[in-house]
Amino acid sequence: MCLGYPGKIVEIRGEFAKVDFGGGVVKDNVLISLVDAKVGDYVIVHAGYAIQVLDEEEAERTLELWRELFELEGLRYERAQEGAREV
Amino acid sequence: MSELKKVLERYRDPRLARRIAEKIRELASKIGEKILIMHVCGTHEWTITHYGIRHVLPENVEVRAGPGCPVCVLPAADIDSMIRLGLEERISILTFGDVSRARGGRGLSLEDARGLGLDLRIVYSFQDAVEIASREPERRFVFFGVGFDTTCPSVAHAVLRGLPSNMVVLSSHRYVPPAVGWVMCREDLEVDGFIAPGHSGTVTGMRPYREYFERNPRPIVFSGFEPLDVLVSIYMVLRQLSTARYSIENEYTRSVTWEGNARAMATALEVFELKEGLWRGIGLIEGSAFDFREKYSRVDARAVYGIEQPRSDPGMPGGCRCAEVIIGKATPTECPLYMRVCTPRTPVGPCMVSVEGTCKIWADHRILRREVERA
Repeated sequence: MCLGYPGKIVEIRGEFAKVDFGGGVVKDNVLISLVDAKVGDYVIVHAGYAIQVLDEEEAERTLELWRELFELEGLRYERAQEGAREV
Repeated sequence: MSELKKVLERYRDPRLARRIAEKIRELASKIGEKILIMHVCGTHEWTITHYGIRHVLPENVEVRAGPGCPVCVLPAADIDSMIRLGLEERISILTFGDVSRARGGRGLSLEDARGLGLDLRIVYSFQDAVEIASREPERRFVFFGVGFDTTCPSVAHAVLRGLPSNMVVLSSHRYVPPAVGWVMCREDLEVDGFIAPGHSGTVTGMRPYREYFERNPRPIVFSGFEPLDVLVSIYMVLRQLSTARYSIENEYTRSVTWEGNARAMATALEVFELKEGLWRGIGLIEGSAFDFREKYSRVDARAVYGIEQPRSDPGMPGGCRCAEVIIGKATPTECPLYMRVCTPRTPVGPCMVSVEGTCKIWADHRILRREVERA
């Protein structure tokens, strides 16, 4: 059971937070006691509680890494293919 | 649109996906042999099916679903016990929507029993269940707790805070790592590598998998749920296979850590202990059931109503191949009932009930023939 949605904490009231999931979906009573979260953090919400604070920097870094690893190589591959077609 | 949402959208970039698929094909042709990768999470199956990931995989790479759906592995005896409490003892049952449609040993689901007078309340979180019980103090309630490591800590947290006196919990929660260990030991499944569950792993951490890995070294990659996450995880498994150097890797670094959410796990283990548990379609798995510690027997429906931890299962309904689908030995289209008598509207086996069941996911995406599964 891995269903989890990332959302942004917009308000904290005691153990619960108001979380904005985007697209107009806002949940008012997400339990945040099992993570260290503050307003503005992104959390993964599963069955009404936050299981983790998402590491935004890590999300960015991972994508950059992939682009370097796959895309730049891919561009070289694409150019080689184009060259082959022109011959 | 927020920053992170924008970043996550890029996890669906088709151009990058094509590049990764290209690299997967390169690696797969280098390996040459047939490769079977198993994931153990219904949400991974949804991502793979929804985004057509199987269509871009090379001929010799297959990704199959393993035991990653809590409703599918829920013992029929526990469903029967809930129905009995609801109908004979007139106790109100609180549970998640998926659970209410799973059939017990007599072919009845909680939803069927509702037609016979059972008071069933569907909730979205344990907190909602607590609020309902608080609002109706004259009624007795049982929360039917179904889910994996991801779900269990919120129940434990509420138990520690104190439940309303008219509410108890039947814990059918299961701990995932031993089930993956069980699959790893099954030689007949011939799994070459594993995609480990990202959100269950967020809570448990990667550490519990080490003992199973050491016993039976094979690539294990914790994966996120965006299409690029899954493609990269497949690539990482293949990369390990191509070099024959195996390890436990983490693709989902923005959420999964080696230690996991220690607070959530500690909360769960303060209230529950891990005991031998029955997985429908699999059998008993040591240390896989979250069972209430004796200290909390007042809120433990098993102690209060004398409900044993199930030891054996009546098996699946006649002709249903869910038991093989659950462990990845068969695909839904290999079941004679699939989309003939067993459909999302008329589910026969548990894999057609839950949004995380492989049969339901395939049915919702109109996958009817094996040829469609593979490009």
